[in-house]
Parts: sequence; structure tokens; C-alpha cells
Amino acid sequence: MSMLIEVKDLAGDFAENKDVAKKLRLNKIMPTLADGEEIVLDFSGVSGTTQSFIHALLSEPIRQFRDVALEKIKYKNCSDVVREVIKTVYEYMQESLDSESYEE
Amino acid sequence: MKVTLSNSDYLRNFDRFISSLDFSDPEHLYIYSHPKWINVHPAVLALIVVMAMRAGKQNVMFENLTATSGSYLDRMGLFEFTHQESPYTIQKKEESGRFIPVTVIKNSTEQSRFITDMIPLLHLPADKTDAIKYTVGELLRNVLEHSESTNGAIVAAQYYKKSNTIRIGICDSGIGIKKSLQQYWASRSKTDIEAIKWAMVPGISGTTRKEGGTEDNAGAGLFFIKSIAQIARSYFMIYSGSGIYKLLLHDKRIEKPRLHPDPDDDRHSERNDAPYLQGALVAIDLSLENKSEFTQLLSAIREVYGRAVRDRKRKKYKEPKFI
Repeated sequence: MSMLIEVKDLAGDFAENKDVAKKLRLNKIMPTLADGEEIVLDFSGVSGTTQSFIHALLSEPIRQFRDVALEKIKYKNCSDVVREVIKTVYEYMQESLDSESYEE
Repeated sequence: MKVTLSNSDYLRNFDRFISSLDFSDPEHLYIYSHPKWINVHPAVLALIVVMAMRAGKQNVMFENLTATSGSYLDRMGLFEFTHQESPYTIQKKEESGRFIPVTVIKNSTEQSRFITDMIPLLHLPADKTDAIKYTVGELLRNVLEHSESTNGAIVAAQYYKKSNTIRIGICDSGIGIKKSLQQYWASRSKTDIEAIKWAMVPGISGTTRKEGGTEDNAGAGLFFIKSIAQIARSYFMIYSGSGIYKLLLHDKRIEKPRLHPDPDDDRHSERNDAPYLQGALVAIDLSLENKSEFTQLLSAIREVYGRAVRDRKRKKYKEPKFI
């Protein structure tokens, strides 16, 4: 079974509201991953997004569930901008998984 | 407090405007202006509104406001923050579609509404809207999340046909960048200019020292905006406390400007002796001439961002102990 989330219905055609991202993360993404289920984030109708929005949506699931999150969260109908921002967050989150804090 | 408006208060020569600022006596604001011509960046208006809010409507005084072009101040909504009535009669209808008057944003709902309404007001080409929404969205969010300003974020924007740029100013009266970084980055934010530059390094957030940030913050916002400005060949300035960092335009002959994780490596000017601004002012001139796609730009930013994180990780690797 998988959960389908229509992002535009909640975040509008430019997804930038982090409060919306946070609600989605806490109420839908985290519990669904905890149940071992798949999530499909459908971005149809969303022209763009910000790094902050995607970070608020995905960083904690990736940090907490690691490979499970990377395998179980899927993306549909992404514009090029949305795709690039998701790729950015994926990249730096995976880079930072094994190193906890900055040292000077 | 005193501010003087001239006939060329743009980012290119913003130092003149900065030197006219006087933040002493916060209970009164005197606005002086060029007698014949006023030309100001929207950031100037956003800053004046912050100062006017501090002084209180009753205590804001325009002196010698005689320039015909001063009607711009009226169109941009400045008189709504003063007790003094506008001496101008303007036909708002004529000017619609080119500017966003000074607006106060206090929460994320107002921010989302503003971003939705902004593009039709500015009549911008469809292929440029994502970069502008992105920039404004991230800058407003920065203020709402980190500034602790009770007045929210003050924003204004103007499209300039001749230079084909959109100029945006966002100001707040919050704790300032230095203070917002000090909990986790005291050694990197001893001065205002140090703090401003550190805030632009990819992955540096005022909310944690953890790589990858917290669940809500990554510390990427200002690096992205600086990079967007750089690739679009645009001015970008941050002013907070006594510090000012201004990204300068790079040589037009360079087709693909290199992005740097360290703001010191960018062509810029900086100072740490400006009149002390409580809060922060961010200004950007986004050129719409740039032909590269926003996605290409994001891709370039992703590469530099990833490299910066990897380099930082590498620095922490332990060396083999050869004896």
C-alpha cells in the first residue's frame, strides 16, 4: 500500500510555506515511514519550490529512516525546478548523515 | 534618526545613502530629500518604514519634500507609515503592474499570499517567476524565522524597464545577524561583518552546529540567494549592525561566473563601520537579462554546495599515524 500526497492542494503552485511542509512531514510522512509503507509525493501543478520547503519536508525522514526513506519516498510529476531542489537536499543530507557536528 | 534621499540611491552607490543615516534619537525620524529629484531603491523605503515604526507615526517628519518625483514615495505607500499627509496627487492606475508598495509580512500565511500576488503585480515573464518567488520566499522566511522582529518583515519591490531588473528590499528590526548566530557560532561572529559572511557559507545555520542542519533549517538560504544574484549578474547586499557585505557585478565577458562557498572569494565590498542598524536589511537587483534557466542555476548551486559539505567533511578525517 502507498500513500499519495498531492502537494499542490496543500502548498499551492509554488511550494515555499515551511509550516505546510512541517505538517506534512509530521502528520503524513513520518508515520507512514514508521509503518514501513511507501509514500508518493505528487507535485503536479507545482511549478517550483524552495530548498527550505524541501528540507523541512524531507531532511528529518532521511536522517531518521535513512535507506528506508530513500527507498520508500517517491516523487511524481516534478517540474525541473522541483526535481533540482529535491536532488540538492538528497545530496547534502546523505553527505551529512555520518558527520554530526562541525569542528573548527 | 535622520535619513537623506538623493537622486541616485541605488545599490551601485549605496555608500552615499548609508553615510546619510543617523540612528540616534530613535523617537524621531527626519526624512530629508533632494529638492529636485528623488530616485531610491525599494530597500531604502523598507528601511525607512522600519525606522518610522520605531519612531511612531506621529514622530516622522519629511523636510523640504519638493521634488516632483517624490510622488514615488506616495505610490510606494510610505505615507501610510507617517502622520504627515502626502503632498502629491497620484493616479495609481497608471502605474500598476510595475511595483510592489511597502508591505508588512508577519507570518507564513501572509508570506504565501504575498508571493502569489507579487508576480501579477510586477507583470514579469513566466520563465523568470520561479527565481523571483524563490528569492523573495527565502528572504522573507529568513526574517520570520530568525530575526525575532515583532514588526515582521518589511518588503518592497520595483521593476525597472530600462535595466530590465527587479529590485527588492527586505528589512526587519530584529536581533540582527550577529546575535542570531552567536548561540552556536560565537567564534565566527565576533563582528557584524564576520557574522554576515559566515551566514552565507553553505550549511551554516543559526539553529545548530549539526551537519545537514536541523529538521527545519539547513543554513542554505543566503548561499542560494547570493549564488542566484551572482549568476544573474546582479547586486546583492546585506546590512546588519555595523556590517555591510555587497556582492559586486562580475565581468560581463565571463559567461559562467564561478560560485564560491566562501563569500570572501566573491568579488565584493565590505565594511564594519556603518551606522549601527538594529536588525537587517537585504537588497537585491535581479537582472532578467540572464538567459540561463533557473534549473541550470540550481544545478550549479547544488554542485558547489555538495563540494563545500564534502570538503568540510574531509577536513575532519583522521590522518594515519606513521611512526
